[in-house]
Amino acid sequence: MIEVNDLVKTYGQVRALDGVSFSIRKGEIIGFLGPNGAGKTTTMRIITGYLRPDGGNAVVAGYDVASYPIEVKRRIGYLPEDNPLYMDMQVREYLEFIGEARGLEGSELKESMDRVSEIAGISGVLKRPVGELSRGYRQRVGLAQALLHDPDILILDEPTSGLDPSQIVEIRGLIKELGREKTVVVSTHILPEVSATSSRVIIINKGRIVAEGTIEELERKAEKGETLYAVFRDGRADLERELSSLDFVEDFQLVSVDGDEFKFAIKPRGDEDIREKLFDFAVEHNFKLLEIWRERATLEEVFLQLTTEE
Amino acid sequence: MKGVRAVFRKEFRSYLQSSMGYIYLVVFLVLANWLFLRGFFIVNQLSFRSFFLLMPWLFLLFIPAITMRIWAEERKLGTIEILFTLPLKESQVLIGKFLASLAFLGISLLLTLPLPITGAFLGSPDVGQIVGGYLGALFLGAAYISIGTFASSLTDSQIVAFILGAIICFALFLVGENFVLVTLPPSIASVFRYLGLGSHFDSIARGVIDSRDVIYYLSVIWFFLYLSLRVVEDKR
Ligand SMILES: Nc1ncnc2c1ncn2[C@@H]1O[C@H](COP(=O)(O)OP(=O)(O)OP(=O)(O)O)[C@@H](O)[C@H]1O
Ligand SMILES: [Mg+2]
Repeated sequence: MIEVNDLVKTYGQVRALDGVSFSIRKGEIIGFLGPNGAGKTTTMRIITGYLRPDGGNAVVAGYDVASYPIEVKRRIGYLPEDNPLYMDMQVREYLEFIGEARGLEGSELKESMDRVSEIAGISGVLKRPVGELSRGYRQRVGLAQALLHDPDILILDEPTSGLDPSQIVEIRGLIKELGREKTVVVSTHILPEVSATSSRVIIINKGRIVAEGTIEELERKAEKGETLYAVFRDGRADLERELSSLDFVEDFQLVSVDGDEFKFAIKPRGDEDIREKLFDFAVEHNFKLLEIWRERATLEEVFLQLTTEE
Repeated sequence: MKGVRAVFRKEFRSYLQSSMGYIYLVVFLVLANWLFLRGFFIVNQLSFRSFFLLMPWLFLLFIPAITMRIWAEERKLGTIEILFTLPLKESQVLIGKFLASLAFLGISLLLTLPLPITGAFLGSPDVGQIVGGYLGALFLGAAYISIGTFASSLTDSQIVAFILGAIICFALFLVGENFVLVTLPPSIASVFRYLGLGSHFDSIARGVIDSRDVIYYLSVIWFFLYLSLRVVEDKR
């Protein structure tokens, strides 16, 4: 359904894409994953025909994007990054414009508008100016716009960014629902998003595809080895200083902070089980060790391994 | 055609819905009426000629103000990405936008019609001159709009688009004016006279519709629309 061959795109000195290739089959829900600046948006802009690549090509539904942009654009519903909208238009007027520009008219246009308003849950705000809507509702308007012509392919660039947790859950549910009959590509740098919605993951870093496969495949492929997690209370500065001086710790990282509780990911030196040593260390220095557990590589770590190492 | 119509409707609506659209319209009408009535009361005669002769100067502020948002706003909001992922050609979008501005200008000019109609009751105005004046204003306005559209395609700042548009219009108007031409050698002066936006306006406004003037305006319109098309295609 979507095929991308050796895409190259350079902005001035910055090489945003450096030979990106992948292919997506009909009906897949793809999580397009990468850290900030990896090239997700650039790739999506090329697929949707907004940007021209400097090298390589993209083929959508059998049409080369550069040669048949109109045919490609007809088949894609696109939610661009940051969901740009005309702020002084009413929601209804905006959808009318999009529909007319996509060749919908009369009763067909009206039915499409009813359908997407229902799906996106915006039936109640059709008369409101877009600029007066909350962020969540704007995002729904953006989605409704992408769905209006009932496209076979949906390209969504960070569709949940800036939403509150319950809105995120809703939008994810919606994407999953849509994925039953459509080919969907969702970009994100948030991992739970991928496991929640996607059937397959493509990971991009610094303009190159670094991995692709189902979530299980990627987890299995990851370097074996365990990470130790430990939660401490208070004394973060002392703790960090002492941890870095330990000879059985190769590396550690502060993963999250919850009030006065600090969660560290600790990488042992070698294959040794260091849980006991860590416990003794905490007792000896009077650190309040609350929890300690081991985990094997998760998608999160696969992602970090793939996108941080040189 | 449907694509052009969709863009036209969106753009035209945005003129009539934004408060700015009305502010421009009111300012334009107040100034136009004032210019007309000033001639009427001071010189104590109905002179449509001086009314139309001041039109290019009025347009110099009015038209860049209505065209400045055309591309700059789409860039600023990011909606240009929506626009260019719709199944439309760039040229359809451009023409829809151009026609919407032209229609807004047309309405502004229509609303000045009470002036000549009042004049017809008060005296015996030259109908040919009035029709010619309006036609000339429309051609000149269309040329300014294409220049303003080009200026707007260069930037994402509406202010910059406004200033740039006004400067280009002003420069292109000025090169054909007499006080510039007298400083030039005659051979160059005649070229400049032809290039100037103003000289063509004068002859149409006098009621003389010469195909050379029409061709001149159509070329200017085409040239700047083409330039702005190139810019929006290349500058993403
Ligand atoms: N219009 C532009 N001009 C210059 N550089 C750009 C432009 N757009 C993107 N870049 C650069 O290209 C690279 C890839 O950017 P891109 O927006 O595709 O990343 P991304 O994966 O979408 O990141 P994010 O998660 O932050 O959205 C970055 O280094 C970025 O700075
Ligand atoms: Mg992005």
